[in-house]
Amino acid sequence: MSNKMHIKLTVNGEAHEFLAEPRELLIHTLRERLDITGPHIGCETTHCGACTVTMNGKSVKSCTVFVAQANGADLTTIEGIGDPDNLHALQTSFKEHHGLQCGFCTPGMITRAAKFLEENPNPTEEDVRFGMAGNLCRCTGYQNIVKAILATADELNAAKEAAE
Amino acid sequence: MIPAAFEYYRPTDMDGVLAILAEHGDDARVLAGGHSLIPMMKLRMAEVPHLIDLQDVGGLKGITVEGGTIRLGAMTTQTEIIGSDTLTAAAPILREASLQIADPQVRYMGTIGGNVANGDPGNDMPGLMQCLDATFHLIGPDGTRYVAARDFYEAAYMTDREDDEVLTAVSFDQPVGGYAYEKQKRKIGDYATAAAAVQIVKEGGKCTSASIAMTNLSDTPIYSQEAGAALVGTVVDDAAMDAAVAAMLGDIDPTEDNRGPIEFKRHVASLILRRAIARAWSRA
Repeated sequence: MSNKMHIKLTVNGEAHEFLAEPRELLIHTLRERLDITGPHIGCETTHCGACTVTMNGKSVKSCTVFVAQANGADLTTIEGIGDPDNLHALQTSFKEHHGLQCGFCTPGMITRAAKFLEENPNPTEEDVRFGMAGNLCRCTGYQNIVKAILATADELNAAKEAAE
Repeated sequence: MIPAAFEYYRPTDMDGVLAILAEHGDDARVLAGGHSLIPMMKLRMAEVPHLIDLQDVGGLKGITVEGGTIRLGAMTTQTEIIGSDTLTAAAPILREASLQIADPQVRYMGTIGGNVANGDPGNDMPGLMQCLDATFHLIGPDGTRYVAARDFYEAAYMTDREDDEVLTAVSFDQPVGGYAYEKQKRKIGDYATAAAAVQIVKEGGKCTSASIAMTNLSDTPIYSQEAGAALVGTVVDDAAMDAAVAAMLGDIDPTEDNRGPIEFKRHVASLILRRAIARAWSRA
């Protein structure tokens, strides 16, 4: 059965159209077909969160979405959140607070954290730990990731206040 | 982790879904959030030649509380359950249990319908639905029929749902009294080693009714009628809790797996039920 279907995706504001088998996993579409390699494959079993992207406003593990399900979806990956010349506040904060060591989990971590802070701009430490529970890090012990996210919340709130 | 190939369908109404199910029988499965089915397909423990995505089918989402009855459309996600103030006011145990399911990413996708219809003994909602004496709404070629959650589960992944039927909603009477959903798990995202759903009513200092169901301690959820009965008429003291726990232990049938040997699971089930009863009673 090689039943390819016509797929349309918007990724980081850019429209893509291609033919794909419905069983293709979204993470494979992003990495191998579209060359968007920020989202990583850690476990490929819905546990680690390294493949986290934002799909239609929800944080999802893109290893557990068929490309057919994502047909028509609007996606944001780490590439759409910041770039080396224009880092997102979370990226700066992760750097300043040593929120990463090997860096493998970081794209998924920051993609999830961005969505989390959008939904909860004034989190407690407990909120951060609970809201980030779908992303595993095997290096940091999480302490500095939590610090970085809390510091970003303060920074974004201060910037918002200053603007008002 | 590539699943076997399948034909993909995304019908926009239930007639379209039922037509595909009628044509392909048990070669077809419906897909809700996919966070049970897709992992099984990736492991090739499930092969689904015809996959019917429900995301565009109208009328399957939403929470209503009307005239003392609560209804949740099958495609309502755990995130939506957690975020619904109306539901939390009417039946706070739904939010308490949903917060203990998997992790945020999974809860955005995971649905009440998928959770109850899949028949995985590890899922939390089936036991909760038995505790609440919920009714499942199943639509098929001959129309809609209603099955009690307490009669729905036959064995692991085996339910009363026929291959040509779709679970469209769950409904239950608005619960009264104290509640608790208590779950012991090894880590975030794991299924329960043991979990207990308890609703309890207190009048004049005594328990007048209690409903108790357990998760992941048999190949189906376990509604323990006798455990609830052991609390009725008591002040829910230690002796009453001992009796309820003993009754529950008589109803469960855990198996050894990577969450521990049978004796350990029975031990955890006892502790979890005791905690759940104490918390529900304190809220009654």
